[in-house]
Amino acid sequence: MSEEEAVSCARVSSSVAGDPSSETAAPAESSGKQEVTVMSVRVGQKAPDFTAPAYRKGGFTSLKLSDFSGKWVMLCFYPGDFTFV
Amino acid sequence: MSAVAANYQKLQDLGVEVISVSVDSHFVHKIWNDEELSKMVEGGVPFHMVADQAGNVGRAYGCWDESQGVELRGRFIIDPDGVIQAMEVMTPPVGRKLAETIRQIQAFQHVRATGGKEACPAGWEPGKPTLTPGPDLVGNVWKVWNPSME
Repeated sequence: MSEEEAVSCARVSSSVAGDPSSETAAPAESSGKQEVTVMSVRVGQKAPDFTAPAYRKGGFTSLKLSDFSGKWVMLCFYPGDFTFV
Repeated sequence: MSAVAANYQKLQDLGVEVISVSVDSHFVHKIWNDEELSKMVEGGVPFHMVADQAGNVGRAYGCWDESQGVELRGRFIIDPDGVIQAMEVMTPPVGRKLAETIRQIQAFQHVRATGGKEACPAGWEPGKPTLTPGPDLVGNVWKVWNPSME
């Protein structure tokens, strides 16, 4: 499901499948025109797949949403760690 | 998130995997778990805590607050086919009610188990009657369901 990741100082960032702006280090086009990918989610449609670093039970892993295919998933966003609610 | 952690077994019994997402790094998730959440929930957080420092995942799900640089409180129920069945997005100051999410998951699982033949009316909970949409039910819902059953 998710593999143990080597811990380094490099900042690992999350990326979304099909969203080029989130892929790592793509050099900006010099045309000055910025492509903005607007993605939207809707019930009844596929959940956007993503890959991101994760922590679980003492270990660091790389998590890919589509690895959970075949299971029910509750995906929860929240403002931040150490917040009050 | 500690409320989810405390009820994790209930979710596991329903076959639900939990993934939480915030802008904090996976290193910060570890320290939050070790220093605080593990003191609220026996054994600490049992599910995956995703780091979305650039906000890419939040943006894809419409949960990214550009001005604050944080995620909004978004909750998505995704079925085994990877399809979003339910979503709820709240501004940060109000917390969620997990029991309602569990109720919705149970209802969606019931509908799926019947191959979509049955539907769950308002306020449905396991054990309560469902509706079987079809020509006979048109105009006759009142015979099998009314708001007092919610």
